[in-house]
Amino acid sequence: MDLEKTKSSIEGAIAGCRLQIVPNASPSGQHSLLIEREHALAVARFLRTDRELCFDYCSNVTGVDWLDTETSEKVKVTRMVDGLEQTVDEVRKTRIPGYLEAVYHLYSMEKKHGPLVLRMRTGNRTDQIVLPSLTPIWRSAEFQEREIFDLYGIVFEGHPDLRRILMWDEFEDHPMRKDYVEPNDYEYEPTPHDAVLEKSKQARAIEGQQ
Amino acid sequence: MGLAKGGVDLGMTMDLQLKSELSRQGIFTTTLEEVYNWGRRSSVWPLTFGLACCAIEMIATTMARYDLARFGAEVFRPSPRQADLMIVAGTVTKKMAPQVVRLYNQMPEPKYVIAMGACAISGGPFKQGYNVLKGIDRYIPVDVHIPGCPPRPEALMDAFITLQKKIDAQSLTGADRPRYLDPDEPSEFIVPQYGAHDLEPPKNVKLWNIITKTALSGSCATGEDGPGKD
Repeated sequence: MDLEKTKSSIEGAIAGCRLQIVPNASPSGQHSLLIEREHALAVARFLRTDRELCFDYCSNVTGVDWLDTETSEKVKVTRMVDGLEQTVDEVRKTRIPGYLEAVYHLYSMEKKHGPLVLRMRTGNRTDQIVLPSLTPIWRSAEFQEREIFDLYGIVFEGHPDLRRILMWDEFEDHPMRKDYVEPNDYEYEPTPHDAVLEKSKQARAIEGQQ
Repeated sequence: MGLAKGGVDLGMTMDLQLKSELSRQGIFTTTLEEVYNWGRRSSVWPLTFGLACCAIEMIATTMARYDLARFGAEVFRPSPRQADLMIVAGTVTKKMAPQVVRLYNQMPEPKYVIAMGACAISGGPFKQGYNVLKGIDRYIPVDVHIPGCPPRPEALMDAFITLQKKIDAQSLTGADRPRYLDPDEPSEFIVPQYGAHDLEPPKNVKLWNIITKTALSGSCATGEDGPGKD
């Protein structure tokens, strides 16, 4: 199955839809398709119903948390220094805002091909966290989208029953986010070392204050 | 409990020589305490209750090959109202912990707890996870801890025999009498609430003090390793 071909057939079928191939540099070379939020549902419906593609089975849905990243690159700049023109190295920093990502793995039982990896990204990690739910297309995504909602905090619009699935309803955090801070329960550690030693010290200090 | 304070010494430190002399003459003597403890330790009925893979070993222990029935624990009761022993077999998640404590509170006294396996005693391999309780002894008093992942059926039987020895050594009166004979000690423990970030409270500090006290008074010679605080 050719990803480029799949991409162009989707773009041909759905007006105004722009897809992007996210390359995977690892030996598996499992490249994925990045789809826009607005067209996600139409793309999913097309993938499921198209005669050629016929992706009738969604095997796996998962989330990824991408933090804000800062990349710095050295650029040579010509500048006037003391009346002379000189080339000076300058460090330019670019800040890439973080986002949350939902990843879908699709297979076709009928055509025996796959996986096709779909990705959807939220606007940011704080307030634009709504993605369209693909549960209406693939029912098997229901619990896994609930799990992503629970652990990453992506809100799936159009999901029939969006509740927390692993943590309790009163819980407020999203434990799989990279900036999640877990409660410090390390007051009793028989053999603490490294990170646990630090946590253990903190817990004892808090205990000492009480 | 009427037996608890003062009055008759039910422990009855009987002259051992006199006892053996009498038994030689065909007269069997015993004490109320001995009969009482014998009765309790010979029919410790566990609660039908398993949380994870340790429960499979617990089931194996009760089946024909290991046969826990030899020690008087063959009847697993499906209701906490009829059970004497809670075998916490498996990982206790924070979501499950309130239910476990509630079940313990619903059991009638005298009641005992065996924490089976690495997860139940400390959180085990999931200790650094965000949703695993780091030992059920944060909320309920544990009589015997069994390490292992999972412990073999022999280990569970060893823990059970240790519990029987512990029951046998208990006295009905005096300062070192078990918790349930002391009207001042609680028989129910606080059920944690689901909080915004963690269980509320994250541990029962009072309970840890009770355990440290009983561990110091030395009510059981072997097998007990309460968490204490170092």
